[in-house]
Amino acid sequence: MDFTFTPEQDALREQARAYLADKPEPSWSELAELGWLGVSIAEEDGGAGLGFVEEAVLFEELGRALYHGPYFSTVAAALPALPDELRAEVAAGETSWTLAFGPLVPDLDTADRIAIVGGDGVYELEGAEREILETTDESRPLGVVRGGEPGRRLSDASVVTEIRDRTLAALAIEACGVARRALEYAIEYATTREQFGKKIGGYQAVSHPLADAYTRVELARSLSLWAAWCVAEEDEQRAVASASAKAYASEGAVAVCETAIQVHGGIGFTWEHVLHRLYKRALWIESFSTSATRLRAEVASSLLDDKHAPSLSAVAAKTVSRSG
Amino acid sequence: MDLRDTAEEAAFRAELRAWLEDNLPEELRGFRGGSARFDGEAARDWSRALHDAGYAGLTWPKGYGGGGAPYTHQAIFLEEMARVEAPPHVGVIGLGMAGPTIMAHGTEEQKARYLEPILSAEEIWCQGFSEPGAGSDLAGVRTSARQENGTFVVDGQKVWSSFAHIADFCILLTRNDPESTRHAGLTYLIVDMKATGVEVRPLRQITGEAEFNEIFFSGVEVPVENLLGEVGGGWQVAMTTLLHERGTLGFALQAALEVQIRKLAALARDRGADPIQRDKIAREWIEMQGVRFTNYRSLSQLMKTGMPGPEGSISKLVWSEANQRITKLALELLGPDAALGEDNAPYGGYWQYQQLRSRGNTIEAGTSEVLRNIVAERVLGLPYSR
Repeated sequence: MDFTFTPEQDALREQARAYLADKPEPSWSELAELGWLGVSIAEEDGGAGLGFVEEAVLFEELGRALYHGPYFSTVAAALPALPDELRAEVAAGETSWTLAFGPLVPDLDTADRIAIVGGDGVYELEGAEREILETTDESRPLGVVRGGEPGRRLSDASVVTEIRDRTLAALAIEACGVARRALEYAIEYATTREQFGKKIGGYQAVSHPLADAYTRVELARSLSLWAAWCVAEEDEQRAVASASAKAYASEGAVAVCETAIQVHGGIGFTWEHVLHRLYKRALWIESFSTSATRLRAEVASSLLDDKHAPSLSAVAAKTVSRSG
Repeated sequence: MDLRDTAEEAAFRAELRAWLEDNLPEELRGFRGGSARFDGEAARDWSRALHDAGYAGLTWPKGYGGGGAPYTHQAIFLEEMARVEAPPHVGVIGLGMAGPTIMAHGTEEQKARYLEPILSAEEIWCQGFSEPGAGSDLAGVRTSARQENGTFVVDGQKVWSSFAHIADFCILLTRNDPESTRHAGLTYLIVDMKATGVEVRPLRQITGEAEFNEIFFSGVEVPVENLLGEVGGGWQVAMTTLLHERGTLGFALQAALEVQIRKLAALARDRGADPIQRDKIAREWIEMQGVRFTNYRSLSQLMKTGMPGPEGSISKLVWSEANQRITKLALELLGPDAALGEDNAPYGGYWQYQQLRSRGNTIEAGTSEVLRNIVAERVLGLPYSR
């Protein structure tokens, strides 16, 4: 058993953090040059031939930097449905994709192409009209598509389960990046801000909620990395792991941001402080895809129902395909 | 990153699983926690069997009679023991606290004298740290050790001491310099519990049983060779003990939590659970998995660098509060039956006992308040609150 990152994975994280600190909104071609688009794409298709653990490293950093672009919708959602030649285009930075999960489509403002799940497969949606909707998290617009025709058939419906696990795990680890950043701001503030003659982090009414926030961040990260590893290895627990991770990490990130805002006092409530942007991203993740309550119902079913007729992954497949 | 057992770990696990299947007496299965439940002869026999099979002191160096095994084996051992609900080795304090402290600070004579009988359960140890006036604030210790004619003469009172009623020895934190305060002037002694002037009084607790004791010391003479570390250097030695108390404890706690949730799920299947209760059960299961993989991360870090990751410090805090919620939820599932006493209650009163016992979890081995201070100050780097 080894639950540590390789030196290469650590180096990837450091590269991503440094790059995004300097440039939080890299272009699609810049992401291709960095090699982030082809992480799990085969080498013969221009990718790096790595896996979902490396992608998870990037999702965490992109969440931390509040990245705005079609990385999630392309890499977590659409990629499993794309045939090799279209993957090669993604790795080269030539196209980006989104997947119409439900009525509200993520990254519709930036993604080049749209995939939809039909009854028996995943298709490219052609000729659809797009309407971009303003969202509370300004860095994560949603949109609706109208009209259009199913065009090229991209894959059969068997990829839907993989898409479900990848998107839940990606959202979970992204939430961890958001929560960790909010906690860092709160710690920094609590160790510098003084009231009643001492640093406010010295008051247990402030430090104990921060200790609890740290606990949530670490448990969320453990669950999310477990899910990422399960997805990467196609482990039999991947459905329950990704459901657990998304349920815990998304609610956890919201709670950690709320603690961070409270610790900051008035400044945390202002538009000029970055905290509200982290908070809104956490809320976006919490509401997107399957809710924590729904995911826990799936977990409960796997624990408690002797004959849980639809397995976890079957339930998920139904959820995704119905909305598509 | 690979969360599967290595071939070697898998072999160890399979061998252990088979051994437990063949050797765990049926009447010892279903260990329900609380030391008062396993201090009889059967528990000693079980401990000896663990020792004979090489499972006592797995991570102790071979030179001291241990297994010389990596920490991952200890984690597997704790997982498998919990899986079959086997009681632990009776020498919990000796194995987890006294032994490692003697290895770190003891003389060669002390190591030769004390370590082996801990493993074989011939000698049981207890801990004399807390006092009526020194609980979370351990540096307030007042039990005195005067040096007289080449011995220490000990007077004072200790409290919350598990196993003291059956213990042969006590690791005792005393104050050698009555003028000293706080961390200075403390001395760490090994005290023979059969010595004249040692009196043990059981403390009846919330569950009705007596798991902890008070220990009174009146003019107890302790030979100078029983000094552990330096005179006045007791604080450093005590910190070694507490470090080990919280060491691989996380794995034992996570494994216990897993058993508890398994039983809770069985109860819910048995008696029914509404959607809100099902949601709560799923929450607990998810958080337990979070603790499991946090322990794995901490352990992996320990294996690679020799230092556990900081995230390991939260296991006890999370476990204790989770166990309180889980046992409370079990009582909720029992409905009006929850009020029944042990003799009339379903499942032999398991949940009534567990729920009451769980109230101690956030107090023993570091209160939740102290643990949050530790996380805030040592992990997050926030200012000291005192």
